[in-house]
Amino acid sequence: MRRGRLGAWAAVGLGAVYLLAPLIATFEFSLRMRRGAYSFDAFRAVFASGKFHQAFLYSTVLALVTIVVAAAIVVPTACFVRLRLPRLAGIVEFITLLPLVIPAIVLVFGYIRLYGSSSVLPLTSTSLGADALLMFGYVGLGLPYMYRAVDTALQAIDARTLTEAAESQGAGPLTILIEVMLPNIRAGVLSGAFLTFAIVIGEFTMASLLDRSAFGPYLQLIGASRAYEPAALAIIAFALTWACLGLIQLVGGAPPAAARR
Amino acid sequence: MTSAPSSRPFARRPDWGAWLGVAPFFLFAAMFLIAPTAWLLVGAFEDRDGAFTLANIARLGQPSIRLSYWLSLEVSAASAALGALFGLGLALVALCGGLPQWVRPTLMTFSGVASNFAGVPLAFAFMATLGRLGLVTVLLKNLGVDLYAAGFNILTFWGLTVTYLYFQIPLMVLVVAPAIDGLKPEWAEAAETLGASPLQYWRMIALPVLMPSALGAALLLFANAFGAIATAYALTGSSFNIAPILLYAEIRGDVLHDPNLGYAMAVGMLAITGFSNLAYLALRSRSERLR
Repeated sequence: MRRGRLGAWAAVGLGAVYLLAPLIATFEFSLRMRRGAYSFDAFRAVFASGKFHQAFLYSTVLALVTIVVAAAIVVPTACFVRLRLPRLAGIVEFITLLPLVIPAIVLVFGYIRLYGSSSVLPLTSTSLGADALLMFGYVGLGLPYMYRAVDTALQAIDARTLTEAAESQGAGPLTILIEVMLPNIRAGVLSGAFLTFAIVIGEFTMASLLDRSAFGPYLQLIGASRAYEPAALAIIAFALTWACLGLIQLVGGAPPAAARR
Repeated sequence: MTSAPSSRPFARRPDWGAWLGVAPFFLFAAMFLIAPTAWLLVGAFEDRDGAFTLANIARLGQPSIRLSYWLSLEVSAASAALGALFGLGLALVALCGGLPQWVRPTLMTFSGVASNFAGVPLAFAFMATLGRLGLVTVLLKNLGVDLYAAGFNILTFWGLTVTYLYFQIPLMVLVVAPAIDGLKPEWAEAAETLGASPLQYWRMIALPVLMPSALGAALLLFANAFGAIATAYALTGSSFNIAPILLYAEIRGDVLHDPNLGYAMAVGMLAITGFSNLAYLALRSRSERLR
């Protein structure tokens, strides 16, 4: 038993080394900008850059709009499917899994052809249209996580009794959705929101192919042209991911199983 | 929809209110998930004049495209197999290795973060770690192990595979943990009572029970790596031609000089990720029934 435990420690230790080494190495690299001494110069250079602010602001705003639209689509659907249209559960679940099956690059390729400048709905020919297209793409990327989080939260409450109680008090469906359901599944919506944020904030493929100056393409550009700033940006991105996932635990949502790009 | 108390939640007449509530979801799915994919699917089987043809699919066999698919398959398979192996091992040790209570939540939380830490920043992190001037490269060199002299390069197959493992191993831990939790302590006790050694218990009971979940998870990892592009693109530019990078170049600049061939490439990728995801779902429902 004792030897077994020693082996277990060794295995976990090895795993920890593999998982932590890149973080330590990246942090150390990010401090090397000034010759001969460790400094935060790379971070300072990043934060002082106007392009960084622009790209980060763009992606943050887009992520927030994505979250609002995703919640507006997912919450009513999850509620109605659970309460009044249970026979749609299968098809709805299938659709929410589609973004995991269709690679983002394939999806955005379809967007470009379907909503290109010569199509019926030429979203890509205006800047606002392309922003909207990217936003809907991100709603898709976040859909599996948002739906699962909301549906799990719904499972945990007695949605039917709540609805009937509200109806007996004369509440309309919109009131029920916003004032009764939403507060009760807040943790689910929030954990879906934070995970969506973590996924889309640095997304590269869709943003780059739709020519949006978002954070992901900015990162790629810096990576191709600078030496130390990329390491600083990687640390910032890791901290952001950590913050989002930490907030999920804080609001008490379900942990994100099978989260992936 | 009426606001009167509904004593009959499953009324026979169509529930228009509820249908109105789910309409945005289906509109969204039709416009931004199904129609764009269907467009590519149709285009892949059309020639320039819109007539049905299989020629585009056949032309996926031309050397440059076949090579890119092959490279993608290799990287995805290697990172999925190694990720599944290490991830399963790590999860088993952390969950059943008799380690203190705090190991499990720490590993799970970290896995949640690391499995989401991908894309461009992951490429940066591995450049700083195993690049020519990376910390680990330099440390090992000081210890007398010169990775780059030994033929390693972060911009190659193994470099990319090691980088992908950073999100594959944690993803495996997350996906396989519920299956490990499903191993009932009674089984181990029963095996012990019947005189089985721990090794026999693992070899003849635990691992066979875990196998469908582990295989399914490996397929999920495979699809996960196959569709990924940002990490590889940021790491190697367009010098390492995996299938998504070739498709990216095609979308950007029509490098194949044939839009329908581009559609066929996209559909080929979709077929591979679709197949491995379906197999994953099938194996998962099978292992859920076993439990």
